[in-house]
Amino acid sequence: MTLTECLSPRKPITINQLDRKLPEELIAAGVERIRECIQCGTCTASCPSGRRTAYRTRLIMRRALLGLKEDLLKSLDLWLCTTCYTCYERCPRKISVVETIIALRNMAAAKGFMLPRHKEISRYLINYGHFVPINDANKKRRVEVGLSELPPTVHSYPEALEEVKKLFEITGFNKLVEG
Amino acid sequence: MPELRYAFFLGCIMPNRYPGVEASVRKVFKELGIELVDMKGASCCPAPGVARSFHFDAWLAVAARNLSIAEEMGLDLVTGCNGCYATLRDVAHDYHNKEWIREKIDKYLSQIGRSFKGKIQAKHILEVLYFDLGIEKLKEFMEKPLNLKVAVHYGCHILKPSEKRPWKEGVERPKFFDELVEVTGAKSVNWRNKFMCCGAGGGLRSGVLEVALDMTREKIESAYASNVDCIVNACSFCHLQFDFGQTEINKACNTSYSMPIVYYTQLLGLAMGFSPKELGLHQNFINVEPLLKKLEAG
Repeated sequence: MTLTECLSPRKPITINQLDRKLPEELIAAGVERIRECIQCGTCTASCPSGRRTAYRTRLIMRRALLGLKEDLLKSLDLWLCTTCYTCYERCPRKISVVETIIALRNMAAAKGFMLPRHKEISRYLINYGHFVPINDANKKRRVEVGLSELPPTVHSYPEALEEVKKLFEITGFNKLVEG
Repeated sequence: MPELRYAFFLGCIMPNRYPGVEASVRKVFKELGIELVDMKGASCCPAPGVARSFHFDAWLAVAARNLSIAEEMGLDLVTGCNGCYATLRDVAHDYHNKEWIREKIDKYLSQIGRSFKGKIQAKHILEVLYFDLGIEKLKEFMEKPLNLKVAVHYGCHILKPSEKRPWKEGVERPKFFDELVEVTGAKSVNWRNKFMCCGAGGGLRSGVLEVALDMTREKIESAYASNVDCIVNACSFCHLQFDFGQTEINKACNTSYSMPIVYYTQLLGLAMGFSPKELGLHQNFINVEPLLKKLEAG
């Protein structure tokens, strides 16, 4: 069942669909004021992504407070936010809307809901220390404007890359991406 | 004036996709007497829209490692990407305000023999030029006033979340970037959607490209409607989204958008007398010739 169906008047939400611990989990993740949401819709009205898609920020907040966790974590909507923070800056209750979305995305990823392309770029990060690593064409372009072929980042310092890789290992990022 | 010296944080897109932009930052800052010291072995910031969305702790640990490199150098860090700025500034800010953040940073960094104690700040290149160098000083370096009408694009994370940013004006209609642009003689016009996101952030570009590009298309259309010569930005990710993004839109929608995209230090460099080539303007995907012709005509 999609969320839209789930929230439509024709299909009432049943109590056993709800994970009532979700608001507490979000508060623990740093969204202290989430329970203060009054569903005013300022977030939705301010959202550049919602202007062109069916994504509705207010719906994310409502689902989160109701505890419709599974539907939220499966939803593509969660990945339509550009984290522009316009909703947060305009929220009359100063609720960290973006932090809510980030916390939900972390829960979604932990459950295995990650877009294929997001997994792919995560592998670049793990292997090269950059989401966008250097390539041959850009090595040439660097030299062309008087720069070193490789930037002085982890690309030039293998021992530094090992440090970054260790952080991915100990934080559990490798496990998340490789399963 | 105190000596201006910073640890230069490159990130990914500037060194690995737009070296012309990196060259423009280095050359212009040198000419302005601002020393940029390389951060040897720095990595991806990592990007706040993706890394922080996937695994908060991995994002935090790697960001803290990057900050620890600058702290070891004893220098404030400067970046020319709003994404890197978001990650590094937010983590440096939260270090002072949230105990649980400090505890996690200590826990992870100690395992690689590093530490971060919150002694340095993460700054944006515009912040350095606006606050540390100052508009009046900047004016002294202008050699060729630019006869251009430009659309200034701030981007999101240079402004927001506002409580973690240094600007003393509101987020809805700030002026600092327009002031910095107008130092060059260019006219910053009011344009529709000026403060809207470029579309790239939050993992949207990598995750759902068509929605990201639809936002970009709206911004580009708005710039055309204002009859500007170019869009000026100060974020390597916005720069990529507007410049390379137009080629993607043209391919997908059979359009022929060709709005020149200029990074702030490229614009500044032109007004300081650098050649377009020195500033890497020819490395943009969208041809900047119409803009240069207008400049030559005066």
